[in-house]
Amino acid sequence: MTILNVNGKQHQVDADPRTPLLYVLRNDLKLNAAKFGCGLGQCGACTVLVDHNPVFSCLMPISALDGRYIRTVEDLGSADRPGPVQRAFIEEQAAQCGYCIPGMMMRAQALLEKNVAPSDAQIREAMAPNLCRCGTQMRILRAVHRAAKLMTVELDTPIREAKR
Amino acid sequence: MIAAPSQHNGGWMVGRILLGLLIVIAVAFGAFFTWQWRGALPPATTSAHAFDPGIVAKGAELAAIGNCAACHTRTGGKPYAGGFPVETPFGVVYGSNITPDRDTGIGAWSEAAFRRALREGVARDGTHLYPAFPYDHFTRLTDGDISALYAFMMTREPVDQPNRPPDLSFPLDWRIFAAAWKLLFLDKGPWRNDPTQSVDWNRGAYLVEGAGHCGACHTPRNALGAEDKHRRFAGGSGEGWHAPALDATSPAPVPWSEDQLFAYLRDGFADRHGVAGGPMQPVVRNLRHAQDADVRAIATYIAAFAGPRDTADRQRQTQAALAFAQQREPTLGSLVRTTTGAAAADASSAGGTLFAGACATCHHAGGGLPASRPVALALSTPVSDAQPINLLRIVLAGIHPPLGQRGPIMPGFSGALTDPQIVALVEYVRAHFSRRPPWPNVAQTLAVLRGKEAP
Repeated sequence: MTILNVNGKQHQVDADPRTPLLYVLRNDLKLNAAKFGCGLGQCGACTVLVDHNPVFSCLMPISALDGRYIRTVEDLGSADRPGPVQRAFIEEQAAQCGYCIPGMMMRAQALLEKNVAPSDAQIREAMAPNLCRCGTQMRILRAVHRAAKLMTVELDTPIREAKR
Repeated sequence: MIAAPSQHNGGWMVGRILLGLLIVIAVAFGAFFTWQWRGALPPATTSAHAFDPGIVAKGAELAAIGNCAACHTRTGGKPYAGGFPVETPFGVVYGSNITPDRDTGIGAWSEAAFRRALREGVARDGTHLYPAFPYDHFTRLTDGDISALYAFMMTREPVDQPNRPPDLSFPLDWRIFAAAWKLLFLDKGPWRNDPTQSVDWNRGAYLVEGAGHCGACHTPRNALGAEDKHRRFAGGSGEGWHAPALDATSPAPVPWSEDQLFAYLRDGFADRHGVAGGPMQPVVRNLRHAQDADVRAIATYIAAFAGPRDTADRQRQTQAALAFAQQREPTLGSLVRTTTGAAAADASSAGGTLFAGACATCHHAGGGLPASRPVALALSTPVSDAQPINLLRIVLAGIHPPLGQRGPIMPGFSGALTDPQIVALVEYVRAHFSRRPPWPNVAQTLAVLRGKEAP
């Protein structure tokens, strides 16, 4: 029995400790945002955050996740109340087929938590491990810039309200 | 009173000896100072149009074989404009700007000044260059090849980028120590062919010992940083990686052959050894500009260090390594991927469990992408190397082609696995895929590497 902390909730999982996290997320926990792309850590569709680092969940045995903090797209917001990264991706219409987008959003989230105003070059470098075969890279780039702005606004809002 | 004169005599004698010693030291230093003195050479004016394109092309090949761009280009910088930090046990020396910019590069250097720099390690203004610039190898270049390299460098794009002074501790920041080093270790002069060897071997020797300067990393260095000529290619270090031995003590499970070396240097992949990684990746990428015959000659010369080929002993070693690799390589059936209701895994080690979940998807018989299947780990040199540093570096950072280029790829696990997990994984890989004894220092080496990672 392995205990996983996913999006702030503890889950008891009855799975072989060698099983990669992606399979447990999708099959056992029914968190279907992370996608199976290549299963080889080459495409990034399965990217989730572990202790704030973007990782390929298809190459992440659950035995390595004891006591670690896992986050998926489900933690960024919901369909009704999308978070800033999700809103930015919707507003820039960054998805074409959309299969790579959950991984892209998680990698963008990790970047923006470390760097509130990344440059174009920094975004390109950070997002390089994730692939998109539809060719929406320019829209994804714009979406990450927009997400950075949205996050900054959100950070500023409570301060302004408090001053009022 | 009787003893006094002799005492007086004794003190006088000591004084005379001391004075004599002082004079000898002063004369020796004077002689050394005169010997090491190099004047500035007059500035020259050249034009990129003055060079024959054929000579420039020949220089381009030599610069590629010499991997000049690696140390003379900083990450993300303009080619040959310098700034790359070369770490040595004595401090950091930064590659200089060798573009033909007149003020910050070598634009004012005549060919004679360029030749003196390569042959003697002296800049145009007469300062001694530190041996991080491997003039102990470039001194072997022929006049014709130095002319070609000069033509190539003088036809590059000039870049205005001032040189960064070396970060060496006192007193090594005194250039006269570079001169003293040369007095002790620099054996000047072009390569001389060995008539008892083949034409190929001699061509390979010239390229390896001269422009290629392979020994700069693969030969161990003495306490003063000079290559130990008695242990040529016995393994050294470069750019924070261990440069494995290329002689008979090579850690490669299958002994290197000329054909395998050729494949490795030509394509960056040898099917009994694996892909070129670490600092060998740019070396191999640059070698694409070299001719087949030259790469073959390099392979011939290096293979000769690994020992006589096709002996019964070597064949036995090869067969044993291949059999061991086949026996140890995981098969698809061993990759259990069950989720709900799985039985507890067999009581394998923590490292074995991590390997099955994180690595075995690619590292099993027939695994990986069809276009770039990884070699069996039991054939891989980093796994059987004397030190764990190269395997740790690969596990942390993965293997990636330069941005936007094709090449074998492995994801890094730096952000995914914790330090104890990486140690367990690497110790498991060593125990399972190598017949060599365990490394005693995996955790310590990892701590050093983690300390060096960007925060």
